Amino acid sequence: MFPERLRVGWIAGLVVALVVFLSSPAFGEGPQSTPSIFAPVSTPAIEIHNLSLFVLEITGAIFVVVAGILTYVIIRFRARDDDDEREPAQIYGSNQVELAWTVIPVLIVVVLFLTTARLIFAIQDAPKPSTALEVTAVGHQFWWEFRYPRQGFVAANELHVPLSNTNHPSPTYLDLLSADVNHSFWVPQLAGKIDLVPNHPNDMWIDPLHPGLYVGQCAQFCGVQHANMLLRVYVDTPEQFAAWVSNQTKPGVQDPAVAAGRRVFETEACMNCHTVNGTAATGRFGPDLTHIMSRDTLASGAMLNTKDNLRQWIKNPDSFKPGSLMPAMQLSDDQLDQVTSYLATLR
Amino acid sequence: MSAIPLVPGGHIHEWHLPSRGRVGMYCLIIGESAIFTIFVVAYVFYIGKSLYGPTPQQVLDVPIFNTICLLSSSVTIWLAERAIERNSIRTFGIWWAATIALGLVFLTGTAIEWYKLIYRDGLTISTNLFGTTFYSLVGLHGTHVVVGLSMLLLVLIFTLTGHVRQEHSERIQVLALYWHFVDAVWVIVFTVVYIIGK
Amino acid sequence: MADRTLPIDGSLDLTPPREREGLLETLHSWVITVDHKKLGIMYMTLAIFFLLVAGAEVICIRIQLAWPNNHFLSPQVFNRFFTMHGTTMVFLVGIPLVFGFANYIVPLQIGARDMAFPRLNAFSFWMTAFGALLLYFSFIGGAGLYGMGNAPDVTWWAYAPLTARAFSPGNATDYWALALIVTGFGTLGGAVNVIATVISMRCKGMTLMRMPLFAWLMLVDSGLLLVTITPLTAAQIMLVIDRYLGGRFFDTQAGGSAMLWFHFFWIFGHPEVYVLVFPAFAIASEVIPVFSRKAIFGYPAMVAASVGIGFVSLGVWAHHMFTVGMTSAGNAFFVLSTMLVGIPTGIKIFNWLATMWGGKIRFRTPMLFCTAFLFQFLAAGLTGIMLAVAPWNWQLHNSYFVIAHFHYILVGAIVFNTFAGIYYWLPKATGRMMSEKLGKWHFWLFLIGFHITFDTMHFVGFEGMPRWIYTYPADRGWNHLNLVISIGGIIQAVAVLIFAYNLISSLFRGEIAGNDPWDAWTLEWSASSPPPDYNFATDPVVHSRRPLWDLKHPEDPDWKYE
Repeated sequence: MFPERLRVGWIAGLVVALVVFLSSPAFGEGPQSTPSIFAPVSTPAIEIHNLSLFVLEITGAIFVVVAGILTYVIIRFRARDDDDEREPAQIYGSNQVELAWTVIPVLIVVVLFLTTARLIFAIQDAPKPSTALEVTAVGHQFWWEFRYPRQGFVAANELHVPLSNTNHPSPTYLDLLSADVNHSFWVPQLAGKIDLVPNHPNDMWIDPLHPGLYVGQCAQFCGVQHANMLLRVYVDTPEQFAAWVSNQTKPGVQDPAVAAGRRVFETEACMNCHTVNGTAATGRFGPDLTHIMSRDTLASGAMLNTKDNLRQWIKNPDSFKPGSLMPAMQLSDDQLDQVTSYLATLR
Repeated sequence: MSAIPLVPGGHIHEWHLPSRGRVGMYCLIIGESAIFTIFVVAYVFYIGKSLYGPTPQQVLDVPIFNTICLLSSSVTIWLAERAIERNSIRTFGIWWAATIALGLVFLTGTAIEWYKLIYRDGLTISTNLFGTTFYSLVGLHGTHVVVGLSMLLLVLIFTLTGHVRQEHSERIQVLALYWHFVDAVWVIVFTVVYIIGK
Repeated sequence: MADRTLPIDGSLDLTPPREREGLLETLHSWVITVDHKKLGIMYMTLAIFFLLVAGAEVICIRIQLAWPNNHFLSPQVFNRFFTMHGTTMVFLVGIPLVFGFANYIVPLQIGARDMAFPRLNAFSFWMTAFGALLLYFSFIGGAGLYGMGNAPDVTWWAYAPLTARAFSPGNATDYWALALIVTGFGTLGGAVNVIATVISMRCKGMTLMRMPLFAWLMLVDSGLLLVTITPLTAAQIMLVIDRYLGGRFFDTQAGGSAMLWFHFFWIFGHPEVYVLVFPAFAIASEVIPVFSRKAIFGYPAMVAASVGIGFVSLGVWAHHMFTVGMTSAGNAFFVLSTMLVGIPTGIKIFNWLATMWGGKIRFRTPMLFCTAFLFQFLAAGLTGIMLAVAPWNWQLHNSYFVIAHFHYILVGAIVFNTFAGIYYWLPKATGRMMSEKLGKWHFWLFLIGFHITFDTMHFVGFEGMPRWIYTYPADRGWNHLNLVISIGGIIQAVAVLIFAYNLISSLFRGEIAGNDPWDAWTLEWSASSPPPDYNFATDPVVHSRRPLWDLKHPEDPDWKYE
């Protein structure tokens, strides 16, 4: 019978989807390789999660009731084969019924609106404590610049923030700017996303309660390599964070053994776009490379940071990120070896 | 419609529906108003936000004469509408031509103003936010004046060749509605650009 | 099916027999036509053609996304495909469907001989067709450097400043802006025409409150279009001024604002989605009563709800902008307005349900699609409420959850009811029924494919997958879900091909329909199938909302109860 099959098909589809979803590693405490919004570790994401469960309960109840009535209707009132040809009673309307199913939704809306508004103000207008770490995130096509103004250094693509806890919070406040087009900072386990709009600074905060690596990516189309503008947020214990900051504030390692590579770097236009602290390279168009080897990945998460990948990236960025704004500088094999060796010393 | 003698309560009274020309023109006006609103919003939003270049205070002269001409043309076209209603085609033609003349004076005045702004004050559409929003908004209005004048001119030619008669007064009124709209938009543009924006 | 041919003068086809026309003459008559029926068919043909084209684009997209790090499409081509998929579906399928249905059916339903402005009608269609040609010409506009003369690749939102010359060199973005300005004029003309027709051309006795709900919804839809498409035209003119005349509207270096584009685009973009869904409401309001054998429940409430939706939908646009950095008060306002628009929408669902309650429901193909529509539109409305909760929106925005939500409406409501409408009214237009058997195959396959794809898509959004990405890392846990989504897409494609075959073969082999194959009650079913050029030999006179019900049930006519 059609109505039966309709209902069965619907439920079967839902079950399949649920099973696939639940079997994925989307739940649990701490960092997940799947950046699920249902595995929050930081207050904004946690509060959003709690509100979302409440909303799911209400909308779920509405669905069950209305879809239930609809299912009942298509079974109970379908035309039977042995039916006579008389038309059923014609009912044109009922004011009481219209009133009822207007008033009830209005009440539901009032409840939902008030709970929602409360959380909007709690997250957006949360006062910044003096213990907060301040980071300025600048979106570029197709990489992330992270400036630590109070600590006095600039990092790229991999954001390190200190672990927070509920008794002594040490949140991180991010100022969000853009150097070119619109981007969006989204690490689902930490907070909702906020856009980086040129000429319109935004801000957000996170206070992660579990250490580890949290992944995300740019969530507003920004051009050909939008898909590879990945985010890696390292939530460090206080000791780890102090060590990382201390390393980042040092100038670039000066190893005389790679002087040839350094010369290539400084004469083949690399320094026009990149900065290495303590040298003449002060370019700002591309990521700061002073501590490039302290990062796990290259090109905002596009590939692992190995010597081979680095060499191939410099030789031809399009082989990893076709359309990336870093040009292939047509270096010879020797030059490539040398400059890669030089960069490999910049820990 | 049907052969079955069915008599519901009461027969159909006179069946009058609004004229489709009038409804169509009102719809067009609503749509055009939305376009103008967006340009006005952009203008207002960007008041005072230019980073460099000439400002309205420095270069804009309030076009009083132009405005009087354009608004008077609404009066003359109204007089033309009334004339054709009473079948005074000659009077209609005179007031209609006056409307066109006043519209042309307005356009000429705009051209003179723009010449001064571009060549003496160095303000173009690409100079700064003020230049972009000014030329776009005033230019959009000017385009509508041109379109309106073209339609009015066409009707004037038909009048002079004797093709316009009293039974066309409804259509004349629909066209006049467009002209009144153009004038009303000027009131708003004038207020925003030359009064609020300065 | 029953064909209750009624003794109505208007249903006689008095056209004198014509000599058989040659192919050239037939084509010529279609090109120069100003007849609303022909233009309606042309709009529908355009819409179905581009449905297939944009469907092919998305099948390529789904093949690329079925596995991580796939190389089926390059990033450049992928970005063009999803931009063209969205742009095509909204402007070359959605809006032509509005005017296709409105043009064909509204004059017949209100007892008129044609639309108010037949030549404007033809002009509007050809502007739409030319704009479509211009947009698709971009694919072959010129090879060369990336960005030079190629298809637009900036998403269908074309956010500034990505669309500035600096970031989008070449002509791709220009094709987008100019093609849509051209179709925009066609849309404006069409909207003016529908409003003038409904207001000024109703037959005697048909007060506004006796008009079929279909006509009401097309009236409100067109009114909405007047103030919806025009902001987009304005913004696109500004974009063209920026790109060609050095304007600074969206030049952030000169103090311009990207936010301005966001507001202007969404002031268009949100009401636009209501514009697109109103035909689905219109079709449901005709099909559900006829196949339930009952009058629509709560006609005045349905009218009020439709008008209410039209107005409130103008005040919710920034719920697409919860993440751009508006103030908390601004965000809260748009949460409230968005939730409020859900109320009249829900009222409509309840009224359709109440229409079916106590009826004798015949599950022919149109009704199958409308029933699925009810489940799916309910679910989509509820995911819409979820998205209206701004903090949750900060997670779900620009993720695959949003794609799932709006495809639940665009496909689950609009495409499903478009199919219902075609199965229902094609017999009127061609005189032949479509095959019920193929219709059922079409329905069940499409339903299964739809749910496999779009139910699953909600979950991959929960797991953090953003939109507009041509590939994804293999270790994010999205692999299986993406493969499932892609498989559902293939199933939907097969179903649509069955539909296309059904439609075309019915033109040659369909059962003869007669005037009134569905035993319906509105005026179009009193004309022959297909109607003569002049629709009705004598102007109809009506006394109730269901003039044919009155004729078929003289002992119990509607006008006693209205």
